[in-house]
Amino acid sequence: MFGNLDIITLQQIWWLLASVVGSLFLFLTFVQGGQTLLWQVSADEEEKSLIINSLGRKWELTFTTLVLFGGALFAAFPKFYATSFGGAYWVWILILFTFIVQAVSYEYRTKPDNLLGSRVYELFLFINGSVGILLIGAAVGTFFTGSNFTLNEYNQVRWTHPLRGLEAAFSLFNLSLGLFLVFNARVLGAMYLVSSIDFSERPRFEAKVRRACLVNLICALPFLLYVLVSLLLMDGFGFDQAGVVSLVAGKYLANLLAMPVVLGLLLLGLVLVIWGVVSISLLNGRRGIWYGGLGTVLVGLAVFFTAGYNNTAFYPSKVDLQSSLTIYNASSSHYTLTAMTYVALVIPLVLLYIAWVWRLMDAKRISTQDIEGRKAY
Amino acid sequence: MFDLQMVDWARAQFALTAMYHWLFVPLTLGLSFLCAFFETIYVRTGREEWKNLTRFWMTLFGINFAIGVATGIILEFEFGTNWSNYSWMVGDIFGAPLAIEGIVAFFLEATFFAVMFFGWDRVSKNFHLFSTWMVAIGSNLSALWILVANGWMQYPIGMAFNPDTVRFEMENFWAVLFSPVALAKFTHTTSSSFIVGSFFVIAVSSWYLLKGRHIEMAKKSIIVASVFGLLSATYAAWTGDESAYSNASTQPMKLAAYEGLYDGEKNAGIVALGVVNPAKQPGDQQQPFLFEIKIPGLLSLLANRELGSFVPGINDLVYGNEQEGITSVAARMEKGREAISDLAAYKTAKRAGDATAAEISLARFNTNRDSLGYGYLESPEQTVPSVAITFYAFHIMVFFGTFFLLLFLLFLIFSVKDTLAGKRGLLMLGVGSFFLAMIASQSGWVVAEVGRQPWAIQGLLPVNVATTDIGTGSVQATFFMFLAVFTLLLAAEIKIMLKQIKIGPEGL
Repeated sequence: MFGNLDIITLQQIWWLLASVVGSLFLFLTFVQGGQTLLWQVSADEEEKSLIINSLGRKWELTFTTLVLFGGALFAAFPKFYATSFGGAYWVWILILFTFIVQAVSYEYRTKPDNLLGSRVYELFLFINGSVGILLIGAAVGTFFTGSNFTLNEYNQVRWTHPLRGLEAAFSLFNLSLGLFLVFNARVLGAMYLVSSIDFSERPRFEAKVRRACLVNLICALPFLLYVLVSLLLMDGFGFDQAGVVSLVAGKYLANLLAMPVVLGLLLLGLVLVIWGVVSISLLNGRRGIWYGGLGTVLVGLAVFFTAGYNNTAFYPSKVDLQSSLTIYNASSSHYTLTAMTYVALVIPLVLLYIAWVWRLMDAKRISTQDIEGRKAY
Repeated sequence: MFDLQMVDWARAQFALTAMYHWLFVPLTLGLSFLCAFFETIYVRTGREEWKNLTRFWMTLFGINFAIGVATGIILEFEFGTNWSNYSWMVGDIFGAPLAIEGIVAFFLEATFFAVMFFGWDRVSKNFHLFSTWMVAIGSNLSALWILVANGWMQYPIGMAFNPDTVRFEMENFWAVLFSPVALAKFTHTTSSSFIVGSFFVIAVSSWYLLKGRHIEMAKKSIIVASVFGLLSATYAAWTGDESAYSNASTQPMKLAAYEGLYDGEKNAGIVALGVVNPAKQPGDQQQPFLFEIKIPGLLSLLANRELGSFVPGINDLVYGNEQEGITSVAARMEKGREAISDLAAYKTAKRAGDATAAEISLARFNTNRDSLGYGYLESPEQTVPSVAITFYAFHIMVFFGTFFLLLFLLFLIFSVKDTLAGKRGLLMLGVGSFFLAMIASQSGWVVAEVGRQPWAIQGLLPVNVATTDIGTGSVQATFFMFLAVFTLLLAAEIKIMLKQIKIGPEGL
């Protein structure tokens, strides 16, 4: 079935799949966003505990999605995996560190004899939600601003900047994208907490969370605007039929105009996020996370599609344009992409059982009952 | 001490992170099934004490699981950060099992883990049990895919080298998945992990029996764990034999190293107990052992399933053995160097647009392509892994593995007779058993990984060309960062675990 597809179609399918996984990850960063709200919106240990236990039922999904994003890129676009992880060494190492310390924090935070004390584990969660997401945003920003590497004819990477990837964080565009993602994660975090915690005896707590949702959207807007305006005005990395990469004026604007669906995804996504915030902060709704989540996924898809489709180099090199990675020169072989496409058929099943379990587990909101005893985080 | 090359630091870092990760994974693999057994008994009998017992072991499982996840994420990305050339050259094959692991296994674990821990009052009894089983199956499925990937590194099949992209490309997914090495690895690794999980339960329960606490719960736990452990240990012995048998055909150097066999022979014997001569070098006349107890003929039987058959030694494999049809490493290095220069000539001709020259170079390259990796070696002796490390690690693993069979049997017999509480010596041994199992389990990986040096991909890609082009300082720095963070988290994990064991189960 899939074996008959030509390699170009398979490469496009896999960029789509990687984009879906990446965008779902951005939605699931509500966990990270929620972690950074911990100290801000809680008035006492019990409220803190409600937040942790609410996020604690979901953190592994986010973590696993990140791992899958890495795995999918390795399988489908190994040249990107080899170039970026080996080249932009330090930015990835630091991101991974924030996830390493996150992984133990839920489980260990309130356990007796936990060596470091609960404040340290909370700090780990905060670092993961702030530094971790900021750096991920900066790394995604390099899809548009480019990186400093060359590839030789054996496809071996040489990174030409001594900061090995950390230089990404010194670009205003990358930094703005990172900060936008941090604030967007906080918006989503607040939305998720509203949907999952039983606030019936804690109106002040609820008001704080709902307010945080709006405040963080307002904080996110300037960075979003800067990113969007820059994206429309900046030169982009396009390639011609022979695969020769060049700097093209207004490339990303041209991509959006050439792919109106992508432009539609972007606009619809932004409207949905804003509607989600309105419903949470102004209309006292509870389901804002679904609007905000879907909106984030759509914006994420628009970002990844703009970076990779329409003859655009998704991982461009600033120092040697011809070393830039495109979905066509960075992918796995036809055979591997075909095999992986068959495997991808189980993804709907996976999504289905995740949704099913989510519904079952969230049918009842988390209340003080759930945070008592040894079973709680 | 720190005057090492980048590749050595990258290897040290992989060893460090993998061994840390492996402190937690076997326990996850084994304990997840034990929790599923305990809960199944609870659901079948409806007796509350089994529920409390299940929840107690699940608490310990959760503490261990968290740090397993924390130490695991780095391994997936470390292939890229420290082994970038490797990632490109074999990503077309190696990436797939990693992605499949994520899709089919990690989400099972992550999704149902939340139900297993927080779903007691939110979902039905049966659905909860189903979730616990899903966590156990998910954990073990993830082991399957990563071991398929590792198995392929040990025995690369189902692919071909593409000189245009300069990488190996997959040609047969099923050959990769059902490779005999991958299957032997999966069955041996999971069964030995079940041993570790079983001894964890036995160790904690033995401690309770020694202290006279939670006696009924401890006895119940021990019965289940010793049955599971005994079956697993038996199966591990069989799969271990399978592993050694597949080593003989796929990685004869590894086999020769862990058996300390320098000169190949017919009717080769096994050194059951020995002290390796540290001064011994390949090709010299010194004795390989300072002291040895040898069982004649057994190695031929183990390696080839045929008494009196020839088993090649280190010297045969390095210097060649015409009679047995073994090519010397030096000859293959020569061919490898030709392959490297033909590949470069092919690239140059392609760049210049000279199709005829490209074709000639490619044809020349194709005659030697199988030896490409050998062209990057510096000396034939480089193909010999550390004999002392692999020999001792292998013998520790086998010795403990055999001893575990006996130990499980004793625990089972005295449990059935209900006289376990009085056997203080056995119980003390039980407390220590978990640590022995951990040593045996780590030793197994030492044999597997040290034994295939200097190859990242057996026979195709030596470690020194698999690395990232990055300064030693960066890899050194991250090595110490991981060492510090993982040690800190391990210390926290142990303290938390001990405290929870001290507190004990609720209501039992």
